[in-house]
Amino acid sequence: MEILGIPLAAFLGQLLLGLVNGSFYAMLSLGLAVIFGLLNVINFAHGALYMMGAFLAWMGLQYFGISYWVMLLLLAPLLVAIFGIVIERTMLRWLYQLDHLYGLLLTFGVTLMIEGVFRSFYGVSGQPFAVPPQLAGATDLGFMMLPIYRAWVVVASLVVCLATWFVIEKTRLGAYLRAGTENPRMVEAFGVNVPLMVTLTYGFGVALAGFAGVLAAPVLQVSPLMGSNLIVTIFAVVVIGGMGSILGSIVTGLALGVIEGLTKVFYPELSSTVVFIIMAVVLLVRPAGLFGREK
Amino acid sequence: MSQALEIKGLHAWYGESHILHDMNLSVAQGEVVTLLGRNGAGRTTTLRAIMGLTGKRSGSIKINGVETIALPTHKIAHFGVGYCPEERAIFSSLSAEENLLLPPTLNAGGMSVAEIYQMFPNLEERRHSQGTRLSGGEQQMLAVARILRTGAKLLLLDEISEGLAPVIVQALSHMISTLKTKGYTIVMVEQNFRFAAPLADRFYVIEHGQVVAQFGANELNTKMDELNELLGV
Repeated sequence: MEILGIPLAAFLGQLLLGLVNGSFYAMLSLGLAVIFGLLNVINFAHGALYMMGAFLAWMGLQYFGISYWVMLLLLAPLLVAIFGIVIERTMLRWLYQLDHLYGLLLTFGVTLMIEGVFRSFYGVSGQPFAVPPQLAGATDLGFMMLPIYRAWVVVASLVVCLATWFVIEKTRLGAYLRAGTENPRMVEAFGVNVPLMVTLTYGFGVALAGFAGVLAAPVLQVSPLMGSNLIVTIFAVVVIGGMGSILGSIVTGLALGVIEGLTKVFYPELSSTVVFIIMAVVLLVRPAGLFGREK
Repeated sequence: MSQALEIKGLHAWYGESHILHDMNLSVAQGEVVTLLGRNGAGRTTTLRAIMGLTGKRSGSIKINGVETIALPTHKIAHFGVGYCPEERAIFSSLSAEENLLLPPTLNAGGMSVAEIYQMFPNLEERRHSQGTRLSGGEQQMLAVARILRTGAKLLLLDEISEGLAPVIVQALSHMISTLKTKGYTIVMVEQNFRFAAPLADRFYVIEHGQVVAQFGANELNTKMDELNELLGV
């Protein structure tokens, strides 16, 4: 069976790969959106913290025999969050009144430092990370072979993204966050400890990156550069979706992953640039992004 | 009578600009006090300084006898202070009801949502609308209503009658009288003297960031000329 001259299996394979990449885009750009919304900081360190998550999973297994599951569901997001909270409390906090550029530069510097440390210990070649035994192998769906781990990535990412969306858009905690994004001083005047909320939000945003990193470890090689490879595309996703839009970053992340995957099938030469072409077009037509609100 | 609010020697700045110069005023428990003055005299800044929303502050602000000048904004509300800013600050990313429910409860004894909807039936009708889609009058009701829910007993109300239709101004006036009988302490900034006159127990006139005159409601008739001169009416 073929679609536009492409074998169905190849088509579906790329579609799945696109969805997997899109899952990472969605989780990472979601964290960036949440952080940008409340802190007004473009968190360039997001890619490095994602890499840190992957490395924590690898190190935990390698040195301490801690399982993938403990790392994914608890330790890596927690440790990355603590690391992020230290950065927020000691450095970012001083920059909120200033232009976005300062936060971007600071987090860029933090990125270089984190990556430098991991490079000096582990070099640039990737460390292999085995798929956890519970998720190894593939199922035959009849029309294609479905690697179970890839399906897991898509499902886990969707669950995390939708849960985050639900909390932000539908709960009281989320109402504080939305209100704080609009007018933090007023929320503080109501008696809400906004500085604490800001710190915890940054912690949560980077914990998402840590979670995504662990999820990525068995699919991609665990390498100090894995974050840098991704971060530029993530920023394109955020711009296309609209800075700070929660739903926008989730939908755009997944959609761009799929578009990129399908471009690999139909016109491979374009696959690494297609996201940026879309970004340019979106910026021309809707400068605030597809889901963004004009200011 | 004990003082709900006592301000002594208050100075406040926005960045480099020095707005309040040695402000002194006090409000007793259960009193309704109105701050009068021209635009830019420092009335709004006084309310904002009480909430810690200006830049640097110095002097003394005691709420129920406790010094709050050094406290961060989010702690000040917990002394039972409800602030309704001039710009209303209704959140556009929240529905009307989410706006109403947003401020955390500070004390027991706040109004229930049912009581609020009884007082402002419009808000119930429009509870699922986006906060900023409400009319100006509805937004003003919402801005006041949401601090009544929290159990705050000291209310700082900035220009709540501004730009509203007479029927809504009347409703707000009725609300303030009701709150007064319930023992709330209220500090109002008002441009609309006709709105404030029948409600307030005392008036402060503010000019260049300090109090230049004060008088009680009973002196209103005799002081009218002086007042007109001060306010430039």
